[in-house]
Amino acid sequence: MAQRNPARDALIDPIFNNNPIALQVLGICSALAVTTRMDTALVMSAAVVGVTMSSNFFVSVLRHHIPTNIRIIVQLTIIASLVIVVDQVLKAYLFEISQQLSVFVGLIITNCIIMGRAEAYAMQNPPAMSLIDGLGNGLGYGAILMGTAALRELFGFGSLFGTQLLPLAAEGGWYTPNGLMVLSPSAFFIIGFFIWALRAWKPEQVESD
Amino acid sequence: MHASATYNLGFAAAVCVVCAVFVSSSAVSLRDRQAANQALEKQRNVLVAAGLATSDERPPPDEIAARFEAISQVVIDLETGEEVDGVDPDLFDQRAAAAGAETGRPAPENMAGVQRLPRQALVYELRNAAGGLDLVILPISGMGLWSTLHGFIAIDADLTTVRGLTYYEHLETPGLGGEVDNPRWKALWPGRRLFDDSAAVDIEVIRGRAGDPQADPHRVDGLAGATMTSRGVTNMLHFWLGENGFRPYLDRLMSGEGA
Repeated sequence: MAQRNPARDALIDPIFNNNPIALQVLGICSALAVTTRMDTALVMSAAVVGVTMSSNFFVSVLRHHIPTNIRIIVQLTIIASLVIVVDQVLKAYLFEISQQLSVFVGLIITNCIIMGRAEAYAMQNPPAMSLIDGLGNGLGYGAILMGTAALRELFGFGSLFGTQLLPLAAEGGWYTPNGLMVLSPSAFFIIGFFIWALRAWKPEQVESD
Repeated sequence: MHASATYNLGFAAAVCVVCAVFVSSSAVSLRDRQAANQALEKQRNVLVAAGLATSDERPPPDEIAARFEAISQVVIDLETGEEVDGVDPDLFDQRAAAAGAETGRPAPENMAGVQRLPRQALVYELRNAAGGLDLVILPISGMGLWSTLHGFIAIDADLTTVRGLTYYEHLETPGLGGEVDNPRWKALWPGRRLFDDSAAVDIEVIRGRAGDPQADPHRVDGLAGATMTSRGVTNMLHFWLGENGFRPYLDRLMSGEGA
């Protein structure tokens, strides 16, 4: 067996083998809300990557100093501060998309992935590895988000990143958009199919019952 | 690690101070940019309602400012319709005014779901080269299905023909009520007439299809699958064009300018 590289594992594992959405089923709520279009999903993914990376990093730097009995609230304070700053930056520099994301950027605070990684990984591992773990988990979240958004935007609006690919029947083309795709429940089905496909490919992810 | 209560308190306080400094410095340093974005977004929507920009057009900031030069902002007293002096329109926030105890009052019971009315309101007038009124743009708001819709309606100098309608803020269902943003639905509005011959409000978003503006001037196509949002649009127009809304202002314009 080839030499295992821990940094590479920390980065790649959360994307396929231990995906926060597909395996741990965390962070579903925002995945339903912001995946109607790819541009919002991309900005949301980038925001989550930024927050998981920096929260993991700062929690890890402080891990020997954080008192055990107040560690959760300390982690939450750090995460909340980062999320507020991300929200402010989006409002200043990506105003249009920040309007579409509305409350969901603020709700990154309650995204279980971030707190989960801070508590489960960053509290035990050094800063550089925690940073990579945060990046990997953010990308794992982002990969599912982008996949879901691609299907929803393509079938719900006939476009990708706002570029019309399937000419709409209402505008003289042939494609009649699927109304279900623009509603939140469709993301449930799509993520369900992703989980199915991932577990068919990697049967070890199936829970024993 | 396990530590004394003093250490816990000290650590918590230090974390809070560092985070607070971080958050507040970012908020302060970005505030001007955010306020500029919001002001531009609102101006862009006024331009869209006035037909000076299309709804999917995103002009650069200086272009918006240049086109907005043609439009004058007027703060009026909602009850009398008279222009109010001494209020800077750039700083006037109508929603904050409606919410304020002094600057707003509870709205009379209405179908539009409007809870509070401002005492003063901000309207926009576009005048032609001779100084005559070309069109007025009124802010409107009211409940749809899930949310309060905020938008503008632009009315021709005859004060009854619609020039345009646009919403800049709502949380209706994408694809159903959210279609109030659809340029093709908005394009159905210009040319519709808001008042009947006896000057009563007469405009309705119906179920199904209405005729073209000449043949069927007082009705507009409903939004498919969005009865509540469609009804909300009708109700808010009736409210804001009525006695408790901009009627006194429109009457003043009619007597002053129309003659």
